[in-house]
Amino acid sequence: MSHHIVEAKNLEFSYPDDTHALHGISFRIRHGESVAIVGANGAGKSTLLLHLNGYLTPTSGQVRIGDFPLAKETLQEVRRTVGMVFQDPDDQLFMSTVYDDVAFGPLNLGLPMDEVHGRVLKALETVGVLELKDRPSHRLSSGQKRRVAIATVLSMSPDILVMDEPSSGLDPRARRQLIELLKSFQHSKIIATHDLDMVLDICERTIIINAGKIEADGPTAEIFQNEKLLNDCQEKFSFAKKSAEKSSINI
Amino acid sequence: MSRIETVYYDLGRLDLLADKNTFIHRLDPRVKVVTTFLFIIYVISFSKYEITRLLPFFFFPALLIGLADLPFGFLLRKIALVSPFVLFIGIFNPLLDKEIIFHFGSLQVSGGWLSFISILLRFTLTLGAALILIATTGFPAICMALEKMGTPKIFTVQLLMLYRYLFVLIEESIRTIRAYTLRSFSRKKLRYEIFKQLLGNLLLRTLDRAQRIHMAMLSRAFTGEIKVARNFSFGTSELFYLAGGTVLLTAVRFIDISAIVGKLILEAG
Repeated sequence: MSHHIVEAKNLEFSYPDDTHALHGISFRIRHGESVAIVGANGAGKSTLLLHLNGYLTPTSGQVRIGDFPLAKETLQEVRRTVGMVFQDPDDQLFMSTVYDDVAFGPLNLGLPMDEVHGRVLKALETVGVLELKDRPSHRLSSGQKRRVAIATVLSMSPDILVMDEPSSGLDPRARRQLIELLKSFQHSKIIATHDLDMVLDICERTIIINAGKIEADGPTAEIFQNEKLLNDCQEKFSFAKKSAEKSSINI
Repeated sequence: MSRIETVYYDLGRLDLLADKNTFIHRLDPRVKVVTTFLFIIYVISFSKYEITRLLPFFFFPALLIGLADLPFGFLLRKIALVSPFVLFIGIFNPLLDKEIIFHFGSLQVSGGWLSFISILLRFTLTLGAALILIATTGFPAICMALEKMGTPKIFTVQLLMLYRYLFVLIEESIRTIRAYTLRSFSRKKLRYEIFKQLLGNLLLRTLDRAQRIHMAMLSRAFTGEIKVARNFSFGTSELFYLAGGTVLLTAVRFIDISAIVGKLILEAG
């Protein structure tokens, strides 16, 4: 399946208040690739992610998912293909029980009940929280919420996973488990994050965004060793750099 | 702990109770909703001076609390919490309605007192029944049951969302109030101007969140109609419960059990 590509061509985007958030962003992500999108607060990461499932429409430029461009007619298909996990699981888990939440997507896709049921159980099992299925969403821990949020997307069997800060607010153990979980997925992954340690673990490629432009795009290990670049983009990389050195020694 | 935090934990506790696994908890929510509804209708259908005929109805909540293993004290406290409102509704009855209805030994009882006590009894019964329903079924399941029985979807979905985000909103308010308290030192009361700002802030944050939720819904192929997959099963225990409940409730409503019991006692004496 070579067609699960995500391609952005010269994306430009301005918010209605004239904040110019994206300046000519272009990249191409191939099937099965894991890509980190890194940048300081306000660099345009979240704005970029919202373009990938058509929530925002670029002022100019184009997004292609798979073989077709993102347009009104293809929107539903794109949203099924691109599973989007938001930063705050409380936004993502809007139904009252875990089961209903995970079933929400498949039901909207018009799948028959049996199929929906099977998919919900499978998605919950994949993220390891099957026993929580009848729990009200507001009574989950942050780590559990994050897992369920991922399951809500997995149940639609997407080809591409897009995540905004998946490891924020998790304790070290939950974070570790999340990283292992993400590593086990075969999907293409696009992860916007400040957690550079996680990037080293999961993503072989990193795109650095600064003030709405792509500052660098290349293999993670290479990018994390470029001190000047990192300092320019105002990320605190000292910790990540150390881990990068460590990992390069291992290699 | 502030008052709002207590409310938060109480809500959570009701929720936890619904997780228990007793015969009552396992029943189809629809059956419980219907019997509770019938119970409430019967209780409020008596004339305004009725007291003795209401007393046998206490048998049902007592039975359910026993069968469903609910904490009696907790439910009683919940009822007591709301009771001031009801006290104020009925408090003037004894003053307004002074007509003597019956004599209890040398004590003369006026219609006002009777209707006041009747209001309190009805309040305890109906609120108790509603609390027991929530504690044995859980709010989401009640909403689903209502929908299955024909309540318009827009209504039940609103209720479900309300319940879900009630917790998020309360948590957010608790955090705001905590932050205020920690920096307000000796000033105990929330000043009006500050309260206004806190409230405005909360509203803005809520709007932001609503937008993010909508975004999350759209990215899961939402097209305007919320669909819920929920299969309820109506089995023999449901049939048994519904039939038994209806017969017993109807019997208590239309047969004056208090009078019969009183007569039996008198005859025995």
